[in-house]
Amino acid sequence: MAEIMFWEALQRAHDEEMARDPLVYCMGEDIGVAGGTYKATKGLYEKYGAERVIDTPISENGFTGLGIGSSFLGCRPIIEIMSVNFAWLAMDQLFNTAAKVHYMSGGQLMAPVVVRSPGGTAHMLGAQHSARMEKVFMGIAGLRVVTPSSPRQAYGLLKSAVRCNDPVFINEHEMMYNMKGDVPDEEYFLPLEGSEISRGGKDVTLFGYNVSVYWCQQAAEILSRNHNIDAEVVDLYCLSPLDREGIKRSVSKTHRAVIVEEAEPAVGVGAEVMAIINEDCFYELDAPPVRVSAENTPIPYNHKLERAAIPDIHNVVDAVLKMFGRT
Amino acid sequence: MDSDLKKKLLREMLFARRFEERCYEAYVERKIGGFLHLYSGEEACAHGVLEAARPGQDYVITSYRDHVHAIKCGMDPKVVMAELFAKETGCCKGLGGSMHIFGVEQRFMGGYALVGGPFPLAAGIAKGIQMKGGDEICICFLGDAANNQGTFHESLNMAKLWNLPVLYVCENNLYGIGTRIDRSTAVVDQYKRVSSYNIPSAQADGQDVEVVYEAAQKAVDHVRSGKGPYFLELMTYRYRGHSMSDSNAYREKKEERMWGGRDPIIMLRDSLIEAGETSAEKFKAMDAEILEEIENEVIRFAEESPEPSMDLLHKYVMTENDPYVKGGSK
Ligand SMILES: Cc1ncc(C[n+]2csc(CCOP(=O)(O)OP(=O)(O)O)c2C)c(N)n1
Ligand SMILES: [Mg+2]
Repeated sequence: MAEIMFWEALQRAHDEEMARDPLVYCMGEDIGVAGGTYKATKGLYEKYGAERVIDTPISENGFTGLGIGSSFLGCRPIIEIMSVNFAWLAMDQLFNTAAKVHYMSGGQLMAPVVVRSPGGTAHMLGAQHSARMEKVFMGIAGLRVVTPSSPRQAYGLLKSAVRCNDPVFINEHEMMYNMKGDVPDEEYFLPLEGSEISRGGKDVTLFGYNVSVYWCQQAAEILSRNHNIDAEVVDLYCLSPLDREGIKRSVSKTHRAVIVEEAEPAVGVGAEVMAIINEDCFYELDAPPVRVSAENTPIPYNHKLERAAIPDIHNVVDAVLKMFGRT
Repeated sequence: MDSDLKKKLLREMLFARRFEERCYEAYVERKIGGFLHLYSGEEACAHGVLEAARPGQDYVITSYRDHVHAIKCGMDPKVVMAELFAKETGCCKGLGGSMHIFGVEQRFMGGYALVGGPFPLAAGIAKGIQMKGGDEICICFLGDAANNQGTFHESLNMAKLWNLPVLYVCENNLYGIGTRIDRSTAVVDQYKRVSSYNIPSAQADGQDVEVVYEAAQKAVDHVRSGKGPYFLELMTYRYRGHSMSDSNAYREKKEERMWGGRDPIIMLRDSLIEAGETSAEKFKAMDAEILEEIENEVIRFAEESPEPSMDLLHKYVMTENDPYVKGGSK
């Protein structure tokens, strides 16, 4: 076990998979000679060369489609889209081809592509560099969506995503690449379906994913320390498909649910988890589920306004206290 | 082109025409649903190009106007028709439809319904060929109007940049649905548009299969010899509306008559008759034979095949039993 950074975990997964299989290759803007905006491909250009570590032109839909086409022949591209804000441009190929080709060919073709891309609100990047797009991707049948919240998950999910025969979108976070965490030394794979209980508790479940897992964990500490509320934190690191069983299991234990998301509320993870609770374990509830979401605005540039647009730990604590009638 | 090859192509193109026209009828009879785009009038394009390549070995990808390319790649017309009839015996088990014919065994990598979508997919298939180290090429057939998509420019740029073995064939039938090319496209000659990517290109008569074949031989040789992408523009015309739901009211009768007089099948037939290689009677007999084959084998197979079972609804959303979904075998 070693403590490494998020980007190092990604780099290690890339490196191992490329060393194992000559048909694994990676591509994206500035990932080769420049070493990658977030260093996820650092050193790989020198090791594997320009044909397998490809600096692409700024043609998101084009190179995503190219990756998908190559996957029809058994290649396993790992495509980095510099920011989810730019992934909008690749949606045609991702949704119209990757997500549907296995189905519409009657099972003849597969599109085992991995697309990694960071989203979220970083620091004063403004409206066009702060999108949170997971909700868009997770609504598409035929596409898997995962979102790692730690170096351990980043490594294990990328490893599985490369080997899986389905197209996988990995939603990373701009602010997490330098985060440190323990990663086992031996090779491992994380399931592409499921969730993880990142803190056990009995009074309320806080559902988070990606960065909001940390808000949930810190809120849980405060709730336990100051308010005698024992919160469970569930990390929904697989967004599509969502872990219905895991959601049901936790809510059946705590009977209360708060979903915390960095994105705007409409048609999002919170809405979807609420619907699952409604459908699968409504009668387990002691209180109506609550969402803690971003404001329904583009992200402003001004730092104070930017912070006000997305939730924080205190919003989570407040939502739980309100649920318990403590405010 | 020797006369045996000409005769073979005449039969194939006539079969394609009859196949498409029978689809028209089946659509009217409501046996075929959805959108149906017919290839009548454009047969020399697919046949001339693929004859110059290695169908079944080279990879082929195209748009929704895809039946004839699929058959020329070696797919069984019965299985194509069964797909159009939405039957379980269809190539995609009734999940694809007319716009999504796939025959991966024959390396027909599919018909796609998003205009311009196959441009980057073709470049990617070529990338796959390059990585695996074969001497196959990828041939991408698309319409003229598709060239106004961003994917056209993005893909040509990457194909040239990475020297990918891909041949882009532009079937220029002068229209994107009801909009004539000069009303949608600043540069009407499509082959000129690729010069900004330094990709060699040519324009040829798409109604004369011999001309297509010769132009395609040059194009295929270029790509197969490792010199990178090539762009071939074929001037052609579709005889039917864009799809079955198209009024086809936007074209002048004079224009239709002019192109009707340049029917690729009639032109080839007449040149063979002139050379004494066939006769009007022989041609008629061949036609009758084809019609019978289509009726008694192709249509019958499609008609008599069962509908897909209901469990197919969920079967191919994701690949089945992938161990890595559960976190690997370890
Ligand atoms: C992205 C996209 N936009 C619009 C359409 C609707 N549409 C289908 S075919 C077509 C015209 C395409 O013309 P062309 O590329 O010349 O091919 P042709 O049909 O003439 O063979 C249009 C606009 C579509 N299917 N996809
Ligand atoms: Mg056209």
